[in-house]
Amino acid sequence: MRVIIGLVVVVAAAFAAFYAWAYHGEMPPERSSAAHFDPGAIAKGAQLAAVGNCSVCHTQSGGKPYAGGFPVETPFGVIYGTNITPDTDTGIGAWSEAAFRRAMRSGVDREGNHLFPAFPYDHFTKLTDNDISALYAFLMTREPVRQENRPLDLMGPLNWRLSAAAWKLLFLRQGAYEPDQTKSAEGNRGAYLVEGPGHCGACHTPRNILGAEKASQAYGGGVGEGWHAPALNAASPAPVPWTTEQLAAYLRHGFADQHGFAAGPMQPVVRSLRKVPNEDVRAMAVYIASLTGGDSQAAQRTQAALDFARQREAKPWATAGTEGRADGSAEREPSAGAAIFAGACATCHHAGGALPVSRPVALGLSSTVHAPDPTNLLHIILDGIHPPLGTAGPMMPGFAGTLTDPQIVALAAYVRGQFSDKPAWSGIDTTLSTLRQKPQPRAEAP
Amino acid sequence: MITLNVNGTTHQVDADPRTPLLYVLRNELKLNAAKFGCGLGQCGACTVLVDHEPIFSCLTPISVLENRYIRTVEGLGTLEKPGPVQRAFMEEQAAQCGYCIPGMIMRAQALLEHNAAPSDGEIRDYMAPNLCRCGTQMRILRAVQRAAKAMSAGLDRSREARQ
Repeated sequence: MRVIIGLVVVVAAAFAAFYAWAYHGEMPPERSSAAHFDPGAIAKGAQLAAVGNCSVCHTQSGGKPYAGGFPVETPFGVIYGTNITPDTDTGIGAWSEAAFRRAMRSGVDREGNHLFPAFPYDHFTKLTDNDISALYAFLMTREPVRQENRPLDLMGPLNWRLSAAAWKLLFLRQGAYEPDQTKSAEGNRGAYLVEGPGHCGACHTPRNILGAEKASQAYGGGVGEGWHAPALNAASPAPVPWTTEQLAAYLRHGFADQHGFAAGPMQPVVRSLRKVPNEDVRAMAVYIASLTGGDSQAAQRTQAALDFARQREAKPWATAGTEGRADGSAEREPSAGAAIFAGACATCHHAGGALPVSRPVALGLSSTVHAPDPTNLLHIILDGIHPPLGTAGPMMPGFAGTLTDPQIVALAAYVRGQFSDKPAWSGIDTTLSTLRQKPQPRAEAP
Repeated sequence: MITLNVNGTTHQVDADPRTPLLYVLRNELKLNAAKFGCGLGQCGACTVLVDHEPIFSCLTPISVLENRYIRTVEGLGTLEKPGPVQRAFMEEQAAQCGYCIPGMIMRAQALLEHNAAPSDGEIRDYMAPNLCRCGTQMRILRAVQRAAKAMSAGLDRSREARQ
């Protein structure tokens, strides 16, 4: 009996201690006047918001900027981006700068509620005080929009906000970014932007069962908005190593000639980075290249990868994916996947295609074709690649209505076998049927 | 030999399975409504319907079309008896040079089969893949709206007739 009472007391004490630790009071409402903010701080905040691409999760399709409503899908349910315009009733208009800083650093809103880590405060905690002030100045000078936040749609008991406090106890390490003395100033600037406001790891790092980034596998490849986010470390699937130069071009222009175009959720990231100065984009490239080790490997691996791609591209239906005649005769019929490729894809993707000037990067150089799973290739076959309506950019038509499921499976298997030296994908059909059930919305202009 | 069902008629086609449908429609079956524009799936002049979905026939090898239902403008009506979408395009005088119009008509047909009363925004979104270089987009939009009204009025009339 004493043991039981003792246990109850210990559990109750532990819970009380946890509750006391987790408790955050409400911060008093405070109305900031837009006139107070320094134009320099607003401009700096605009750049940081562009690095973080805040507008993607805080703007719903067709909605007013930063007014919230975008569904962020997680394994635990759907969380809707909140209204972060300075509207007093439905946005953050009543938030003081101290309340905003607490949200960025500790993931607690003005009223004292714990925020779920879909808001990546595990990254934003690394921002400097100055940068948090600049972001505050930028957000408080946006157009206030009256738009109620949508309620969470999470599975219980995770919809209980104290569960977010428990998550933080386990996974949140607060504190601003500490410069690494062994890195150059540029490398440190890049690391700060990538680790902090850019929160690149939110997609490019795999997450554990509780949805926290696995620190031991940082940048080892993860998931973002239903797409595979390729590894940015030594596990990068890119045939040509990612060098600083290629990364800088990719992040600046959405295109790198030895890799290809930004597609899927990277498209809005790259569009947002247009508002960021060259030196910051380059610093991010320097840091990411240090993760992949691309600069040191490029000399050794690049030529072989380019040769491989050229060789595989030269005759798309004569090598892998070909069903030979039973008698082993030289005359060969193309496989189903190869025939589809020849009729639907080769015009643009084959070295001898009809309009070489429009030909995209060789598939043999594509990370998508060399990725560990077929998700991104299937996304692109189904929906194509489209610039936002009314803007210029790379365009590929989708084949969702043209090809049946077995035809897409055959095509994806052929492309994998023909243009990469990686093992065949398993489960193309199950991945495809998942994607078929969830049509992806067309990308929209920011 | 590949069997193609075009506008309800079955055709035996003796062609390389990699051949794009557009070439078979125009050169073998002499169905010349669908046009070759870019050959890259970027302009929509070659749009036809397969199983009720608009597709670019210039990028669709016939090997994928066996046992599927292909429709072209020729299947919607004739000069004497045009279908509702064709009639609406004529009444709005939506064609300038006319090269994009067969593709526009087929995409509009698909839209109205999926959505009988599309909003202006829905029409713009759905029709976006098809390009017109003459600049008759405003007339094309009006034609799609007119066709939508005509088709739902037609449905109402046929319902009344049945009752």
